Amino acid sequence: MDLFLQQVLNGLTLGSIYGLIALGLTLVYGILHVPNFAHGALYMVGAYVAYFTMVDLGLNYWLAMIAAGAVVAFLSVLCERLVFHPLRHAPPIHDKIAAIGILLFLEAVVQMYWGADFRRMPTPYNEILHFGGLTIPAQRLLIIAGAFGLMGALHLYLKKTMTGATIIAMAQNREGAFLVGIDANRVAMMTFAIAGMLAAVGATLFAPINLVYPAMGHLLIMKAFVIIILGGMGSIPGAIVGGLIIGFAEALGGFYISNEYKDVIAFALLVVILSVKPTGLFTKGVR
Amino acid sequence: MDRLMNFLVSPVLKWALLVLAVVFPLISDNEYHIYVMATAFIWAIAVYGMNIITGYCGQLNLAHGGFFAIGAYVVAILTVDHEWAFWPAFIAAGLAGAIFGFLVGVVSLRLKEHYFAIFTLCVGFIIYLLLEKWEELTHGSLGIINIAPPEGFGLVDFTETVPFYYLVLAFLVLSVWLVSRLSRSLLGRTFLAIRISDDLAQSLGINLMRNKVLAFVLSTVYAASAGALYAGVVRFIGPAEADVVHTFDMITYLLVGGIGTLMGPLLGTLAITWLTQMLQSLEEYRMIIFGPMLVILVIFFPRGIVGGFLTWRGRRLANKASQQGQDGKSQTTVNTPSTPNADKQEAGNNA
Repeated sequence: MDLFLQQVLNGLTLGSIYGLIALGLTLVYGILHVPNFAHGALYMVGAYVAYFTMVDLGLNYWLAMIAAGAVVAFLSVLCERLVFHPLRHAPPIHDKIAAIGILLFLEAVVQMYWGADFRRMPTPYNEILHFGGLTIPAQRLLIIAGAFGLMGALHLYLKKTMTGATIIAMAQNREGAFLVGIDANRVAMMTFAIAGMLAAVGATLFAPINLVYPAMGHLLIMKAFVIIILGGMGSIPGAIVGGLIIGFAEALGGFYISNEYKDVIAFALLVVILSVKPTGLFTKGVR
Repeated sequence: MDRLMNFLVSPVLKWALLVLAVVFPLISDNEYHIYVMATAFIWAIAVYGMNIITGYCGQLNLAHGGFFAIGAYVVAILTVDHEWAFWPAFIAAGLAGAIFGFLVGVVSLRLKEHYFAIFTLCVGFIIYLLLEKWEELTHGSLGIINIAPPEGFGLVDFTETVPFYYLVLAFLVLSVWLVSRLSRSLLGRTFLAIRISDDLAQSLGINLMRNKVLAFVLSTVYAASAGALYAGVVRFIGPAEADVVHTFDMITYLLVGGIGTLMGPLLGTLAITWLTQMLQSLEEYRMIIFGPMLVILVIFFPRGIVGGFLTWRGRRLANKASQQGQDGKSQTTVNTPSTPNADKQEAGNNA
């Protein structure tokens, strides 16, 4: 039983990070209908910025998280302005190729500056807590609390503020949003900034129990895509639920089935789901 | 200027390129250059496959590198573990490409646009993971060494660079010829119609699924055959062949040369390969240049070298024709305005 609970806890940790990354992806998709392949690279840049503000500048963990969030949010807005905005009327295949271009560029830049070594990010929360038979590293609790706190804050922002409402409005109905005078550029920039910030904070939370290296975003971004297909592209609750589903599936599958193949689980799930239902699980009506 | 322009679209150019490719090993005494050229030709064959599904049919397939690796692994496993000769293994690789392509295609092509791209990205990743983890079959992350070279039946030795170069060249010419036949056929036009609009094509009575799967299988056969040749020349392969980076490289080649054009894949592959050779010290960081280049190309020159040239030429001809048309009215010459369109169309087919 303890072993099972331990796996549930691992699933919750993974799932909350996946949810956070998928949330950024799904927000951007809802507004621009661009599958942003570069989102994983933004996550990776976030981890590096946090790592180097802590190690080179000697700042504390929380300042590093804020720095990472700010830098990546800016980078994300820059991508929107320089790349996706000029391509808004282009055929859909162009957005995807451009996003791949950004991904390749960011990875190469990081690798040139900081090398391809695997690095371990320090964290001030190294204690290990014990509850009954469970051992819980404090960092994992921080991840769960941080991720759900951020999701809650995002929910309040989208529901209770005017700017948040404009984002929702544009995701629901583009033309309708224009009709009531919503500034599309502003909304797009806001959305990219939020998505970038979520990716960077997610990276800072997750990196201490993982490793920091230039290709760290690859697997994560693909899983995030699986999640938003599962949860319906553009759906915010779908991203969170989907993230938890994949997190639990991986933790339990990795423990009870095969640790070797645990990374395949998410993709196998996707293949099965899309074979049965080509538009994803929770989508209603047409794409 | 006009002469140069006409030369560039005339069939003479293709023969000139072919002659140049044939005499290349005779003028170049640097064996390494010949080797680089031969591997570039192999990649070009794979890029031609990508052009069928992505360029003509409009579906961005991100598992292309995975199918390349499947071809390479089929040859490697059959020749090393089962002691087959190269040519039967080569044919088996092509068949494997077709079978896997069919299976993946039937599932994935029910999905549209973004879903298809994401799905194939995941398929490519599954292929990579399987090649790395399934150690009994694929030797895992160690890779496979001592793959049999293509046998020359006592006439030629394909372990030498120059004979191998000609072998690959022959396959390349065959590939280009097949694609040129395809692009002019009814099937090729069907693919184009699907690219322009799914719904429109369907309303014309085109069976979307059957044609898309056909395009997909053709492309995976190209990829797997190229992979098989690659295994024959490099003779050592590992799971890294299925890395998504190779797919991204091929997208770069295709986009630089001109997506959906006949000569684009070849020109793009050669241009980028030699550019990379020149910037050899940058090998690892080539994406610092190629990443932004992809973005700039997509924004400003979405049709690449060949497509850009054709657009420019078409516009020029149209301008000239309309001028002539205005002069012509007073001199009672007729029919000039209709020629540029015909020309443009012809150019589009040939180039």
